[in-house]
Amino acid sequence: MAEVLVLVDHVDGAVRKPTLELLTLARRIGDPVAVHLGPNAAEAAKTLGEYGATRVLARDAAEFADYLVVPKVDALQAAYDAVSPAAVLVPSSTEGKEIAARLAVRIGSGIITDAVDLEAGDEGPVTTQSVFAAAYTTKSRVTKGTPVVTVKPNAVAPEAAAAAGAVEELAVSFGESASGTKVVSRTPRESTGRPELTEAAIVVSGGRGVNGAENFPVIEALADALGAAVGASRAAVDAGWYPHSHQVGQTGKTVSPQLYIAAGISGAIQHRAGMQTSKTIVAVNKDSEAPIFDLVDYGVVGDLFAVVPQLTEEVKTRKG
Amino acid sequence: MSLRIVVCVKYVPDAAGDRQFAEDLTTDREAVDGLLSELDEYAVEQALQIADEADDAEITVLTVGPEDAKDALRKALSMGADKAVHVEDDDLHGTDALGTSFVLAKAIEKTGYDLVVCGMASTDGTMGVLPAMLAERLGVPQVTLLSEVAVADGKVTGRRDGDVATEQLEAQLPAVVSVTDQSGEARYPSFKGIMAAKKKPVESLDLDDLDIEADEVGLEGAWTVVDEAAERPARSAGTVVKDEGEGGKQLAEYLAGQKFL
Ligand SMILES: Cc1cc2nc3c(=O)[nH]c(=O)nc-3n(C[C@H](O)[C@H](O)[C@H](O)COP(=O)(O)OP(=O)(O)OC[C@H]3O[C@@H](n4cnc5c(N)ncnc54)[C@H](O)[C@@H]3O)c2cc1C
Ligand SMILES: Nc1ncnc2c1ncn2[C@@H]1O[C@H](COP(=O)(O)O)[C@@H](O)[C@H]1O
Repeated sequence: MAEVLVLVDHVDGAVRKPTLELLTLARRIGDPVAVHLGPNAAEAAKTLGEYGATRVLARDAAEFADYLVVPKVDALQAAYDAVSPAAVLVPSSTEGKEIAARLAVRIGSGIITDAVDLEAGDEGPVTTQSVFAAAYTTKSRVTKGTPVVTVKPNAVAPEAAAAAGAVEELAVSFGESASGTKVVSRTPRESTGRPELTEAAIVVSGGRGVNGAENFPVIEALADALGAAVGASRAAVDAGWYPHSHQVGQTGKTVSPQLYIAAGISGAIQHRAGMQTSKTIVAVNKDSEAPIFDLVDYGVVGDLFAVVPQLTEEVKTRKG
Repeated sequence: MSLRIVVCVKYVPDAAGDRQFAEDLTTDREAVDGLLSELDEYAVEQALQIADEADDAEITVLTVGPEDAKDALRKALSMGADKAVHVEDDDLHGTDALGTSFVLAKAIEKTGYDLVVCGMASTDGTMGVLPAMLAERLGVPQVTLLSEVAVADGKVTGRRDGDVATEQLEAQLPAVVSVTDQSGEARYPSFKGIMAAKKKPVESLDLDDLDIEADEVGLEGAWTVVDEAAERPARSAGTVVKDEGEGGKQLAEYLAGQKFL
């Protein structure tokens, strides 16, 4: 069976959930071969094997942290040359998309970004995308070269399927351009202890209606009661009430959770672009005309400062 | 020596309109009015600020797009760019990201550059891949997705707020940068700017001028194809209640019914 390359997204060897989703999708079109760049490949390989990686091509090098994007492109290209895969799957993170883009140029292959599904087809893998702020769903294919596809988080539920997950050292020679952009310093984002926004099953977001950084704990309290991640509209982020890394929407994160709760958010097209594919949508807004109500499964017209705390208390009571 | 800045701007259908697909499943550019992609205004703004800081700089705005894409160039010129290049050719219809990056790279090389500035993503395609592709094709460093950028002593530096960390980046010119919508509000064109823009040169280039064959671009030359585009079914109308003091409890009841609690 043909092999499919999957670029692993991990934090020091801890494999992130979107990678397991990629492995699950990869199995629909071939045998997944994981490419692990950075430390702790052996640890990662256990998880990768559980989810179907037949092989784990691993390489650790200082270059991956010291320079932007290109060293990883060199490595992924080396894996591509070694494996001659049927397709290359990369997580749709900002970095993932850039790696995929440069690889596509190098190997002269078509690229599809932000797939939300992928299936085998007679003429190669068929991808599903959500476009125009999720107003349309498209199906696309790569027609030239080896399909390079970036896949969004939550595209599929990860399914375990034990495979060897044998670690093999990947030989990489870094080109001249690898050291072009120096990472002078890196400040890791502090963990909030809450689920990752793009991976969470439930997201609770606050907007301009939250009316101040000092009020965001109202949103956080509900999120914590539900075990949810916290999101924010751009209006709330621009006002400095919540960090940009939590922004949901066109220029923030796209989320597709089981449940999305919007509080004090009007539902502008750019916000909808980032949450419209959520399974269940709930909103609290004091304006009954707010466009967010066009999307909801359940909406409450009211003051979020009354409704949200009451909901939080009720959730806590019911969850015991 | 003058710092030559090329800003890549895209003419896109207004996101506030009812965007659609044409019969050949390319983006319908007739149904909805077009404009300069809002995310590329940030690129023009940062180019203007970089030029202000430089002893001597010249900003060229560049677009690949249909006739009407001139509107996007005019807007950028009225914000303060010096001149414009419009790559326009009927054979470009349906060009995908790889093709567009190929054409842009040729046009940038022809124009001459020290710094290429892009937006973070186009508001229609939202791929966010072109800046990386351009850097690859031009063989220069990419310093992308910056929320802060500066140029000094032949180097570009900037801050990238990534998914897991904030990074401080640095590269030698020539380089390709892209800037996010966190980089600072774009200025509005002044009346004076709008008047001045009318006299600024707009150079038109076609595929011949760039030594590109028709079959290397367009729908024919594309590396990808869209087979289907379906309007997303409208969400079935939900229940909306007015809070009469029990709104939070009613909501909890709903969530429990949906097995979230
Ligand atoms: C290129 C571009 C990219 C963009 N990207 C994004 C993006 O990624 N994400 C994003 O969110 N936006 C984005 N925007 C901005 C977007 O257009 C909207 O401006 C933004 O989403 C508005 O945020 P909001 O809903 O919080 O604020 P508003 O539109 O001001 O809405 C606030 C809502 O809160 C309600 N409210 C106020 N007080 C209360 C209360 N006490 N209780 C209950 N409800 C209350 C009001 O009725 C109102 O409906 C982008 C815009 C552009 C041009
Ligand atoms: N047709 C085009 N003409 C000029 N610049 C473009 C074009 N398409 C994309 N760009 C540039 O590339 C950036 C990223 O676009 P994209 O990868 O399409 O999301 C945009 O913000 C523009 O700066």
